[in-house]
Amino acid sequence: MKKFVKVLVSSLLVASMAFAMCACNAGGGKKSNGKIKVGIINNDPNESGYRTANDKDMKATFTEANGYEASFAYSLKNDEQIAAAQKFIQDDVDYLLISAAATTGWDGVLEQAKKAGIKVILFDRTIDASEDLYEASIVSDMAKEGETAVNWLASQGLSEYNVIHIQGVMGSSAQIGRSGALDKKVEAESNWKIVTQQTAEWNAETAQQIVQAVIDSGEKFNVIYAENDDMAKGAVQALDKANISHGVGKDVIVMGFDCNSWALQELLAGNWNYDGQCNPFQASYIDDIIKNGAKQKTVIMEEKGFDASTITKDDVDKYGI
Amino acid sequence: MTESQKQLQPKKSAKGFFGKLIQNQLFIPIAALLILVIFNLIADPSFFKISLDESSEGFLVLSGYLITIIDNASELAILAIGMTLVTAASGGQDISVGSTIAIAGSVVLRVLCGTDSRPDQMKAPIIVAFIVCVLVSALFGAFNGMLVAYFKIQPMVATLILFTAGRSIAAWINNNELPIISDPSFGYYGNFIPGIPLPTPVFIAAVCMIVIALVLKFTNLRLYAQSVGINPSSSRLNGINPQVIKFLTFVILGICVAVAGFIKVSRLSTINYSVVAKDIEMDVILAVALGGNALSGGKFNMTASILGAYVIQFLTTTLFKFKVNSAAISAYKAVVVIILVVLSAPIVRNKLIELKNKISRSKANTQVGKEGV
Repeated sequence: MKKFVKVLVSSLLVASMAFAMCACNAGGGKKSNGKIKVGIINNDPNESGYRTANDKDMKATFTEANGYEASFAYSLKNDEQIAAAQKFIQDDVDYLLISAAATTGWDGVLEQAKKAGIKVILFDRTIDASEDLYEASIVSDMAKEGETAVNWLASQGLSEYNVIHIQGVMGSSAQIGRSGALDKKVEAESNWKIVTQQTAEWNAETAQQIVQAVIDSGEKFNVIYAENDDMAKGAVQALDKANISHGVGKDVIVMGFDCNSWALQELLAGNWNYDGQCNPFQASYIDDIIKNGAKQKTVIMEEKGFDASTITKDDVDKYGI
Repeated sequence: MTESQKQLQPKKSAKGFFGKLIQNQLFIPIAALLILVIFNLIADPSFFKISLDESSEGFLVLSGYLITIIDNASELAILAIGMTLVTAASGGQDISVGSTIAIAGSVVLRVLCGTDSRPDQMKAPIIVAFIVCVLVSALFGAFNGMLVAYFKIQPMVATLILFTAGRSIAAWINNNELPIISDPSFGYYGNFIPGIPLPTPVFIAAVCMIVIALVLKFTNLRLYAQSVGINPSSSRLNGINPQVIKFLTFVILGICVAVAGFIKVSRLSTINYSVVAKDIEMDVILAVALGGNALSGGKFNMTASILGAYVIQFLTTTLFKFKVNSAAISAYKAVVVIILVVLSAPIVRNKLIELKNKISRSKANTQVGKEGV
C-alpha cells in the first residue's frame, strides 16, 4: 500500500511536470491595441524539419510589425490542442489557426469559436468537421506530390524500373498520397517492378536496414523511392557501404521528399536525383486570407519537384527547409 | 553461475544431459538462435553467404546478412550490458534509454559542430566529443539512479521523466537544428575504418564486453548487484550499501547509452531527435528477458543477455530478408517474444523437466506436469 501511494504520487508529479511544460507555451496576455489577435495551435516543432520550418515561418509572419498579436500553443496530442483552443476562445482572439494533431473531436470547440465570432483557419492538416465551421483550410496535396514524383521518374526513360519503395508511417496522409501514385504506376506499366515495399516509419536507420537487406539478397534494383529525406539518407548510407553508385548518371536513382536544405545540397552535388517539395510555408497564404478574405474553402499550395540536373544554388536557399 | 543452476534445480528431478541442458540459462537464447539459423538454412542457404567486396573508398569490406546482424546488434548488445545490471540491482528497467541516446548523440554533434549546424570541419577532436558525451550521459544516468536509489521511486516511473522529456532536451541542445557532419572520419565509428573489413561497431561492442567481463571478474559488482536485487535490507546488514549499488548500475547504463548513442550518430553523421533509437529500450529489455534473467531483479547472467541482443537482431534481419511488411515486424516479434519468454521462465523449465522425468518414470502420470504449464 505504501509503495502504491509512492508510485501514485510520483506519477502525478510526472504528469504535472508534463502538463506544466505544455502550459507554459500557451501564454498570451489580454490587451488589444488595434492589432489582430491570433491564436496559433501547432504540433511540436521538434517533430520534424518540416514542422520546425513551419513554426519559424509562422513566427516570422505573425509579428507585431505586420500588425498581429500572436500567441502559440504546441502539442502533439489532440485533447491538449483542444484545451488550448478553448483557452484562446476565452482570451477572445480574432483568429484561431489550427494544425490539428488528429482529424476528429473538433466540432464542439469550433462551434464555440463560431458563437464567439472567432474565425478559424486550418493549415497543413484538415479535420472532419462541417465546412461552415471554418473559413478556409490550407493544405498540401500529398497525392499530387506523389504524382509529380512518379511522372518525373517515368520521364527518365529507363528500360526497366526496379524500385525499392520505403514508406513513411503507415496511414499518415503523406504516406498514403506518396505511395498511392507509385502503386498505381507499377500496376499500369509492365516494366515497373517493386523490389521491396516496406515502412521505415520516417526513420533513417530502419531505411538503411531495409536497403541493406535487399543488397545482401543480391536482387537487382535501380530506383530508391523514399517517402522522406531522412529515409533516403539512410538508404544512401547502405548504398555507400556496398559501393553501389547513385545519383545523376549513376546506377541507382535516389528520390526523397520534403526538400530539407541538406537534401537539396545532395541534389546540387549530384548524389541524389529528385526531391519533392512538401510546402511548409502556409503563413503567407493565411496572412492573405486574413487581410483580403477567403476566396475558396480549400487552398492547395503550390509544390515543386526538384531535379538534380536542373537545380540551382538559389533553389536550395529559397526552398530548403 | 553454477550456484544459480543448483538453486534452480528442483530436488532429485533433473537428471542426465537433457536436464542439465534445459536448466542452463544460456539454453533459451542459444536454442532460439539455432531455430533461427535452421529456419534460414532451410528457407534460403544464401542467407549465410559472406562476400569480400571493394567499398566505395576502394577498401575490401565484408558484407552479407551475418555481417549486417553483428553490425546492427552492436548498440543493442552494449545497452544490454547496462540494462542487465540495472535490472539485477533495482528489480526494474530503465525505459529512457532511447531518449537518452538522442541526448548523447545530440551532445556529440553539438561539441563537434559548435554553433554552426553544417560545419566544413569539425570544431573539436572526436575524442573530446566522446568524453563530453559520456559525462553528460552518465549524469543523466545518475539522475535516474538518484530517483531510484535515494528517492525510492519505481525505476519505470522514475525513468518515465526522461522518456518523456529526453527527445525535447536533445532538440534543445542543438537549438532545434539538425546538424550534419561532412567530415568522413566521423563516419568511421559507425561504418568501416578504411582497410579494416569488419564494421567498427562490432569492435566497439567487443571492447565493451571485454571491459564488463573484466569488471565482473575482478570486482564484487556481480555479487553486490545480485544481493541488493535479492534482498536490499539483508545486504545492508551485511555491509553493502544498496543505494550506492543501485545508483552505480544506472551510471554504468548511462555510459553504455553514451557509447551506443555515439555509434548511432556516427552511422548517419546526423541525428533526427524524434526517431533516433526509437523503441530501442523495448528491444533491450527483451534481450535481458530472453537471456532468462528475472526482470524482478536478483541473479543475472551477462552472457545470456548479450546473446539475447544478437538473437533479436537476427530475428529482425531475418524478417527484413523475407520482406515482411515492416509495420508487421513488431507483431511477429511479439509472437516470438511470448513463446521465448514463457519458455525461458524458470518455472516453466522446471515443469518441463518434471514432465520429462514423469514420462520416463511412468507414462500414466504425464497429466500432472501439463497442468502446471
